[in-house]
Amino acid sequence: MDDLLPEFLSETAENLQIVANELVRFERDPSDAEVLANIFRLVHTVKGSCGFIALPRLERVAHAAETLLGKLRDGELQANAAIVTETLAAIDTIRQITHSIGVDGKEPEGDDGKLIERLDRLSRGETLCAPNPEATGNAGDIGASRDEGSMANQSIRVSVTLLEELMTSVSELVLTRNQLIQERRATGSTDLDLPLQRLSAQISRLQDSVMRTRMQPISGAWNLLPRIVRQLSVDLGKEIDLELEGGDTELDRQMLELIKDPLAHMVRNAADHGLEAPADRSAQGKSPRGTIRLTAVQEGGHITLTLSDDGRGLNFGRLREKAVERGQMSPAEAAAATEAQLARLIFAPGMSTAAEITQISGRGVGMDVVRANIERMSGTIEVDSSPGKGTRFSIRVPLTLAIMPALIVGVGEARFAVPQMAVAELVRTGDHGGHRIEMAGPVPVLRLRGRLLPLLHLGEVLQTGGTDSDHVLVIRGGGTQFGILVDTIFDTEELVIKPVSRPLSALGVYSGNAILGDGEVIMILDVTGLAEHLGDSAIEEPEEDEEEACEAALAKDAMLVFRAGGQPHPRAVPLALVSRIEDIEHDRIERSGRDHVVQLRESLVRLVDMAAPYAPPDGGRQTALVFASRDETVALAVDEVVDIVDAHLALDMTSDDPAVLGSAVIDGQATEVIDVSYLLYERYGGRSGPPRAGKGGRVLIVDDSPFFRNMLTPLLDRAGYDVTSAASVDEALSLRDAGEPFDLILSDIEMPGKNGMDFARAIRAGGEWTKLPLLALSSPAEQDDMDAGLLAGFDRYVTKLDRRRLLALVDSSMSRKDKAA
Amino acid sequence: MTQLVTMMLGDTEIGIDVGTVEDVVRLGRVTRVPLAAPWIAGVMNLRGHVVTAIDLRTRLGMPPAPQGVRPKCVVVSIGGDSFGLIVDAVDEVINVDAADCRRCPATLDERWRQVSSCIVQREGGLLVELDIGKIITPDRFFMAA
Repeated sequence: MDDLLPEFLSETAENLQIVANELVRFERDPSDAEVLANIFRLVHTVKGSCGFIALPRLERVAHAAETLLGKLRDGELQANAAIVTETLAAIDTIRQITHSIGVDGKEPEGDDGKLIERLDRLSRGETLCAPNPEATGNAGDIGASRDEGSMANQSIRVSVTLLEELMTSVSELVLTRNQLIQERRATGSTDLDLPLQRLSAQISRLQDSVMRTRMQPISGAWNLLPRIVRQLSVDLGKEIDLELEGGDTELDRQMLELIKDPLAHMVRNAADHGLEAPADRSAQGKSPRGTIRLTAVQEGGHITLTLSDDGRGLNFGRLREKAVERGQMSPAEAAAATEAQLARLIFAPGMSTAAEITQISGRGVGMDVVRANIERMSGTIEVDSSPGKGTRFSIRVPLTLAIMPALIVGVGEARFAVPQMAVAELVRTGDHGGHRIEMAGPVPVLRLRGRLLPLLHLGEVLQTGGTDSDHVLVIRGGGTQFGILVDTIFDTEELVIKPVSRPLSALGVYSGNAILGDGEVIMILDVTGLAEHLGDSAIEEPEEDEEEACEAALAKDAMLVFRAGGQPHPRAVPLALVSRIEDIEHDRIERSGRDHVVQLRESLVRLVDMAAPYAPPDGGRQTALVFASRDETVALAVDEVVDIVDAHLALDMTSDDPAVLGSAVIDGQATEVIDVSYLLYERYGGRSGPPRAGKGGRVLIVDDSPFFRNMLTPLLDRAGYDVTSAASVDEALSLRDAGEPFDLILSDIEMPGKNGMDFARAIRAGGEWTKLPLLALSSPAEQDDMDAGLLAGFDRYVTKLDRRRLLALVDSSMSRKDKAA
Repeated sequence: MTQLVTMMLGDTEIGIDVGTVEDVVRLGRVTRVPLAAPWIAGVMNLRGHVVTAIDLRTRLGMPPAPQGVRPKCVVVSIGGDSFGLIVDAVDEVINVDAADCRRCPATLDERWRQVSSCIVQREGGLLVELDIGKIITPDRFFMAA
C-alpha cells in the first residue's frame, strides 16, 4: 500500500489539473458529452483506486459522484444548475481529501454525509429543496485544448527540485559567461572571440530552454476564477460574465504562484465593488449582465495582465473626501487633483471606497497590499477608470524572477543595480542634456515634458556621497513616479537574483543582490522602498490632456531594435540610418583576406559583427543591416531584427564600448544604441585616431529629431564647443531674434513645418546671423538635394552619421571664420 | 560534550559550535552596503553564493585589526542566510566538557554578554563561546551599535 499511495496521489493530482480545465467547460455547457466523459473518468479512476488502498471516505464521495455523472453521461438525467454545483462540490472534496492525504499520509476526519445525500438524491432524479440559482458560468473561451490527453503522452514528469537545480546551474553558467566576456574586454585579446561568442549564444539558448521548462500557462493562476465569479454572482445577486483571454501565455511557475492571490482579490473587488446590481445597470441603460475581462499578453520579457470591468468606475468624489479625511491631501489639493492622481490613491493603505465592508472583498486586504505584492515581484500596477463606464487595471510583471535584466548605475564609489522593469526612461540633466533640475521648496524636481518629477539623490539617501549626479532614472510604478539621480550609468547586465540576508532586507532599500561578471557582489535597489525616502512632497501635476499634448508634440524617432553577437540584450539603431535589411544565404558569403564579403546589388559589401570578427553561419541565412554612406557600405550581421518602434529617445551617452553610443529606454527596456559611424569608418574603415579637439566657440544645432540632438550635443560638447540645440526652425529663429550669438550653425534639412532650406534662406536674408557658417546635416538619402541646399545658403553638407567628418568640418569652418574675422 | 572551532579576536580566544560552521575562507573582496549597521562589513562572493560579512571586532566594540593581520572569514548559516564572521585567525577544533563551562560574569562588557553563551575554562586561559544566533538577532538590527 505504501508504494501505491504516492503514485495514486500524483496521478490524481494530475487528473485534477486536467479536470480543472474541463470543469470550466462543464459549467458553461453541462451537456458537452466529451467533457462529461473526462470528468466521469477521473471520478471513476479515483473510486477504483480507493478500493485498493483503503481510503473509505474518498471512495464514498467518488462513488456518489460517479453514479450521478454516469446517469448524465448516459442521458438518463439532464444537467441543471444543482447538478453542476454538486458535481463541483464533489470534485472539491476529492481535491481536499487527496491534499490532506498527501500531507498527513491518511484521510482527514470529516463527514461527507450531506454531500453524498444530495448527490444521491440528484441521481434519483429528485430536486433539491434549496435550489441553487442558475449557474452563471463564464462566456469567454478559456481555450482548454482538446488533445490534452495525447499531449500527456509526449511529456514526462520531472521533479520541481530537479528543475530548480538545472536553473541554478544555468544561472552559474550565465555568471561565468559574463565573467569571461568581462575578462576579454579587459585584456582586449581577440583570440577567443569566436568560441566565446558561440558559447554565449549556446548559453543564451540553454537559459531560454531551461526557463521554458519552468514556464506554465497563466491559466493555471486563473483556473479557479470562473468558479469564484460563479459563487460571487450567486452570493451578490449579480449577473456576471467573466471573459478570460490569453490563458496560454506562459510565465515562470514561481510568478504564477505569486500572481494568483492578487488576481483573485482583484476579481472579487471587481465583482463586489466594481459591478452594479442588475437593476441599477438596467436603469443606466446598461445590460443587466456585468462583464469582468481578464487578458494576458506577453510583451518582450514581461507579461501584461489587464483586468477590466464595465461597472460604475471609481468614485472620484469619495476618493477626494477620503484623501482629505486621511490627511493625504489638503482640501485645495483634493479639489485640484486630476482623476489620474485620485485613481492612484486607491493603492494607498486604508483607501477602500466601498461604502461598507462586505464579506466578499472587505477582508482587510486593500489594493495597497495587492500593489505591494505585485511590486515585490518587480512588477507594476496602474489603474484608469471612467465613472459609469468601468475600471481597468494593468499589471506588468516579468516572466521570471530568476534572471533579470538590470541597469548598473554608480554613485560615489558604489555601484548598484536597478531592475530594468522599473526604469521608464533615462534622462541626462544639466549642461549635457538640456533638462534642468529645479527646486520645489526643499525638494529637487525635474521638469519633464511639462510635468514635475520629484527627484531622489541616491548618494544622499544611501549616504555614499557622489556630487556629480546628473543622470536621472525615471521610475514609473503604481502609486509613484519619481526620478533617481545617479552619477554614472554603466551598462545593462542579466543578473541572477539572490535574496539578501535579513539584516540587509530590513533596511528596506534592497530587494536582492547578485554577482556581477567581475565577481563582485552588487546590491539591487528596491525602488518602491526608495520611494518612501521621497517624503510627502506635494507635486503639482498638469492636466492630463495638457501632458498628452506635450507628449504628442515631441518628435519620435523610428528605431530598429535587433539582437546581435549572441548577446541577449537588445540593441537599436535609428531606422533613418539603415539603408536596408538583407537576408543572405550562407553560401553567398565569401572570404576575402581577413574579411567576409557578400555581393549585394553589384558591389561587394563587407560583413561585420558587433564585437568579434565576423564568422558566417554554418548553414541557413544571415540577417544583416546594411549601412551606406557616400564612400562606405557595410553589412552588420545580426541574430534577429526584433522590432521597429517609435521611441522618444533620451540617450545616455556613457558606454565603454566604442561601438555603442549609449543606452536609451526603448519599449521599456534599456537598449544599447549602436554607433554606426564607428562601425563604418573607424573600426573597419581603417581611418582611425580620435577627433581633434575643437577650438571652442558656440554652436547651434537645429534638428527635429531628439535622437540626433541627443547624439550631437554631447559629441560637440566633448570636442570643446558650447552647444545649444533647437527642435525647430522657429525655435532657432527666435534665438536669433533674441540676439543670441553663435559661431556656427548645424541644421537638419527635413523637418516638419519650416525645413532646413527655409531656415537657410531666412538666415541669409538678414539679421545677426547672416555671415555665420551654416552646415547642412543630411541623411544619406538627401545627398541629391545638395545643390538646392547650397543655393539656399548652406556652406557645406555633412552626413549625420559620419561623426568624424562632422567634427573635422565644424573645426575647419570655425578656423576659417576666425581667420576671416 | 561539544566541539568548538576556536579563533582569535585580538588577544581574546573565542569559540563557535563546530556544527554551525560551514566553511573558513580568506576574506575576499567585500562590497560595502550603505545604510547597514556599522558591524556589517558588506557582502561578498563565496563561490557563487552571496555571504553577508560581519565585522566581529566592530560588533564587539574592539578597535580595527592592526596592520599585518590577514583576516579570516568563518562562514556560518543562520536562519537560512549565510554570514561570514570576520576574525583575526582561526585555530583549531577542541572538545569542551559541560563541566568546564561557566556563566558569563556580570563584569563582562555588555556587548560581549549579548552574544556569548558561556566562558570556557582552558589550560591556556579563558575562551568565550559565542552564540551565533545572537550575533544576528533581528532586534539588534535596529539598535546597531
